[in-house]
Amino acid sequence: MNELAQAIPYFGSRNPRVARGIVLALMLLAPLLAGMIGNTWIRVLDAALLYVMLALGLNLVVGFAGLLDLGYIAFYAVGAYTWGFLASPHMGVHLPFWIVLPAGAGLAAMAGILLGFPVLRLRGDYLAIVTLGFGEIVRIFMGNLNVTNGPQGINMLDSLNIFGWDVSRNIQITESFQINALTSFYYVFLLFVVGSVIVMRRLQISRIGRGWAAIRDDELAAKAIGINTRNMKLLAFAMGATFGGVSGGLFGSFQGFVSPESFTLLESIAVLTMVVFGGMGNLGGVIVGAVALSLLPEVLRYIALPIQQAIFGKVLLDPEVLRMLLLSLAMIFMMLIRPAGLLPANARYSREELVKGLKEKQA
Amino acid sequence: MSIVLLEAKNISKRFGGIQALSDVSLTIRKGEVYGLIGPNGAGKTTFFNVLTGAYTPDQGEFVFAGTELPTGKPHLVVERGIARTFQNIRLFREMTALENVMAGHHIRTDSSLFGILLQNRHTREEERLITERAYELLRYVGIERFADTLSRNLSYGDQRRLEIARALATEPQLLALDEPAAGMNATETAQLRDLIETIRHDGVTVLLIEHDVKLVMGLCDRVAVLDFGKKIAEDVPAVVQKNQAVIEAYLGGGHHAH
Repeated sequence: MNELAQAIPYFGSRNPRVARGIVLALMLLAPLLAGMIGNTWIRVLDAALLYVMLALGLNLVVGFAGLLDLGYIAFYAVGAYTWGFLASPHMGVHLPFWIVLPAGAGLAAMAGILLGFPVLRLRGDYLAIVTLGFGEIVRIFMGNLNVTNGPQGINMLDSLNIFGWDVSRNIQITESFQINALTSFYYVFLLFVVGSVIVMRRLQISRIGRGWAAIRDDELAAKAIGINTRNMKLLAFAMGATFGGVSGGLFGSFQGFVSPESFTLLESIAVLTMVVFGGMGNLGGVIVGAVALSLLPEVLRYIALPIQQAIFGKVLLDPEVLRMLLLSLAMIFMMLIRPAGLLPANARYSREELVKGLKEKQA
Repeated sequence: MSIVLLEAKNISKRFGGIQALSDVSLTIRKGEVYGLIGPNGAGKTTFFNVLTGAYTPDQGEFVFAGTELPTGKPHLVVERGIARTFQNIRLFREMTALENVMAGHHIRTDSSLFGILLQNRHTREEERLITERAYELLRYVGIERFADTLSRNLSYGDQRRLEIARALATEPQLLALDEPAAGMNATETAQLRDLIETIRHDGVTVLLIEHDVKLVMGLCDRVAVLDFGKKIAEDVPAVVQKNQAVIEAYLGGGHHAH
């Protein structure tokens, strides 16, 4: 929250309380504001929140533990397909979300450990190549197995039903006023994001978070102070994958169908770009990066088509092409202007209030 | 003084065609400062790496506090009570000085994943305790005013001290220092000397690799000299200083046909 408040340039550091209020209000009112323009925009916000959760999970692996993972989207796929298997007519089972989501998270964590074992000794570029391969393997499997229904994917996934409340139904409050299903999804996803941030925060300022940071900063020294680097790395892969699995499940329930084409290498790269763009290792930065980079292309799409129509009389550049162009430009821009990301990591791995207390006692 | 803490038995290690250590045996007693000296490339750091589990020896074993030490598993060696520092300082750059030391407590803490996620009482208590202890250790080595400074922004001498504090956080019985005075000026070396004296006084045995002969001779109770991977002398400093083989090794006596 504080980190998000700081994301408001200049103002955030001067009036932290007001800034925090603004961030909170924006978070809560966003779907209502977006709804005024059109329901599409609420959908965009929902997708943005899914990306935030993905980026947070990837940040745990890349930002905290320093393990470059280019196949992260595979865990998203595992979560989504778990939802497809356990809650759709495809297998004829319709389990409730409190079984399916943990199952997806658990399977993703297992996939994370499966990936983790062979790459324990790898770092940097080599690790990136192997994880990239892993991501592709998962996608190609999903696209070629019979049980996943190949490239067609699985249709008619059950929507999120929270103890009798079907999130995908509009809620009619009065004759003329209703709460859109997309809005409901937004608040559900927001809850998950808030939960993720709390979990991340707690991990970061624990012995586990310090262990990860130690491995990231200097693996040899980490071993020399007694950190079991093998277990800590596997834990990082598993925990990161868990977040991917949960968001994958939510994605499945939101989208209503899953197919392999949602889980391409491009998606992995997009999520990594969000992490790097926002500020690796800094939770607030990662959130800002994910929101910015998932909203910007949509905004662009919204204005690029009419502008092209107006100027050239036809559409020269497809918005999808523009999206990649924009991501690349964002990366180049960041490398030149702010190599450490929009909000550079100013990460703490200890409890601030405890440190402060000690210093006061000292003085 | 005479209880044996660490016994190295016939340690050998070969890298390709180079015999880095051959048949090195030495005994470190509890409570002493034990110096390991020798010309460049004599095998001192290799000995450190084999001892702390970074490498596995080709032959030989270490007996520490009465039982054999595991080889090739650094974290188990630390758990048994041997901590080390590095010749070229290795700190966790993106963490503050305090957090570096707190990370050093890792092996002596046991908050579980679920304890951390739920922030149960044990976790909170442990976190409070190690924050305090880490701060204490920073004061012990004399850099508590930099507790909140990122370790990469510390001065060279302070980084050395921080590395020692981090090693002490693992609660070692034996502290192995790899050239702690390298690159230090006279004042810093004198302070380092006092620090090592204090550490020894507080009951930690010290194994010291050092090039600064004055420091070694003044500080160590006993000294072993390595040359081309072999131990050529082991005794109190005054005797080692007069040893003919040692003088030749350092001044290049010329008849070493290796």
